[in-house]
Amino acid sequence: MFEYDLAVIGGGPAGLAAALSAYENGIQKIVILERDVELGGILNQCIHNGFGLHRFGEELTGPEYAQRFIDRLKDTAITVMLGTMVLELTSDKTITCVNKTEGLFTISAKAVILAMGCRERNRGPIGMPGDRGSGIFSAGCAQRYINIDGYMVGSRVVILGSGDIGLIMARRMTLEGAKVLAVAEIMPHSNGLNRNIVQCLNDFGIPLYLSHTVTEVVGRSRLEKVVISQVDSNFKPIPGTEKEFECDTLLLSVGLIPENELSRKAGVPIDPRTNGAVVYDDMQTETDGIFACGNVLHVHDLVDFVSAESEKAGRNAAEYIKNGCKPTDKTGAVVIQNGNGVSYTVPQKAVLSRVEKGLEIFFRVRQKSEKSVIEVKNNDRVIAAFKRDFLAPGEMEKITIPKKLLEGCEGTITVSVGGAK
Amino acid sequence: MKEFICTVCPRGCHLKVDENTLAVTGNSCARGVEYGRNEAVNPMRTLTSTIAIEGGIHRRLPVRTDRPIPKSKIFECMEIIHQCKEKSPVKAGQVIVENIAGTGANLIATRNM
Repeated sequence: MFEYDLAVIGGGPAGLAAALSAYENGIQKIVILERDVELGGILNQCIHNGFGLHRFGEELTGPEYAQRFIDRLKDTAITVMLGTMVLELTSDKTITCVNKTEGLFTISAKAVILAMGCRERNRGPIGMPGDRGSGIFSAGCAQRYINIDGYMVGSRVVILGSGDIGLIMARRMTLEGAKVLAVAEIMPHSNGLNRNIVQCLNDFGIPLYLSHTVTEVVGRSRLEKVVISQVDSNFKPIPGTEKEFECDTLLLSVGLIPENELSRKAGVPIDPRTNGAVVYDDMQTETDGIFACGNVLHVHDLVDFVSAESEKAGRNAAEYIKNGCKPTDKTGAVVIQNGNGVSYTVPQKAVLSRVEKGLEIFFRVRQKSEKSVIEVKNNDRVIAAFKRDFLAPGEMEKITIPKKLLEGCEGTITVSVGGAK
Repeated sequence: MKEFICTVCPRGCHLKVDENTLAVTGNSCARGVEYGRNEAVNPMRTLTSTIAIEGGIHRRLPVRTDRPIPKSKIFECMEIIHQCKEKSPVKAGQVIVENIAGTGANLIATRNM
């Protein structure tokens, strides 16, 4: 049995920032538990640039961004356990792990930060029909094979899904000599960043088929052919619109799912809107002493925001430990709800009496709009409004409600897009 | 007339740029004008890729150009990148190819391995 003040599950960008922040706030005995052979998480395979514009004011590649945090570990007493898989977490903060040196072992911690990230949705949950030969990969899996393991996954490629990972892989496969025949997107718009549409598709003349999905997959040993069809407004394929592509590879970029098996088993309540834990303004879950941050909490588009959110979790976990791990006083906590045009909020609850300068709320909107107003209501009273020139579902939004405006608030705080139906 | 999607902000204005006069239309702000002109005259990109490495914990070493290169030089650079092979240890920032394809940019490693 190992004993630590703080155990951080996951050594990606969230875990790194959380652990460093807790250390800088006075916690000495910290362990990071990482299942891979090195720290950095998904950043290690994201070799493209564009990370860190908000945080460092420059465009770094994924490995460079990770290294900035890994370098800071050297001057700390933080313990890093690599190749270590966490098998179970309990609500009393006992962690069961396995690795090559210790075998099966347990860690007891005063506080735990969940930083396990997310994984890719695969063909099952989207009900993709057809043969199940080889050559069908999730986009991130192909990214790992190509960028880290050194295996090229195919030569003629169709990509389903135009999220950023799909777009990035369209360019990557092209640079490595493959022919990307099509990117199909079931929605009438791409959720990827404009920059990726331009620099990953348009630069290489790769066609993007909006309102299209895969309706046939042919090839029993290796993929031979993919058929895509246009869909109607209910996402039903329209007969007669089929397009055939002879290809050996199909990449799926069809969404990310926070990896919360450990959280669920520990009894941490999960928000069905985010598939992540329900958290308070201090990033603490409903289970005392268990905090959550990064993509395990809600899927982010920018790592810069993961780092900032995780530092907040680390700072508050440090406070919790320094205060003798007393259960947090949650009396009078308000519930934060998504109203019209908003699909979720993080945090979902807040104890307003401890808010220092202002209450930060992250959320996503349901549809694109211009010249909009984000309206914040306490019960039926409007307490704050924020103007936005442009809103899109693909861009996470953040508002900070000044402490002054929160005075006297109780019950429910609702965030909505003004004018949206 | 050349058409571009502006990438300066999330709005993604559809710009039209007159190749002769470099007049930009379709923009919502002044930054769109500058973006449209650069894209029409001399589009530049930072190229990122990987090269083979021996003796490291992985088989590929991530690399990038240390400054943007002309878009038209991307595939020429990729041919050079495909021939590169390094031995571990390599330091982040280490120059792998100087002045790659005559672009004035160096190809550098983006991690220690």
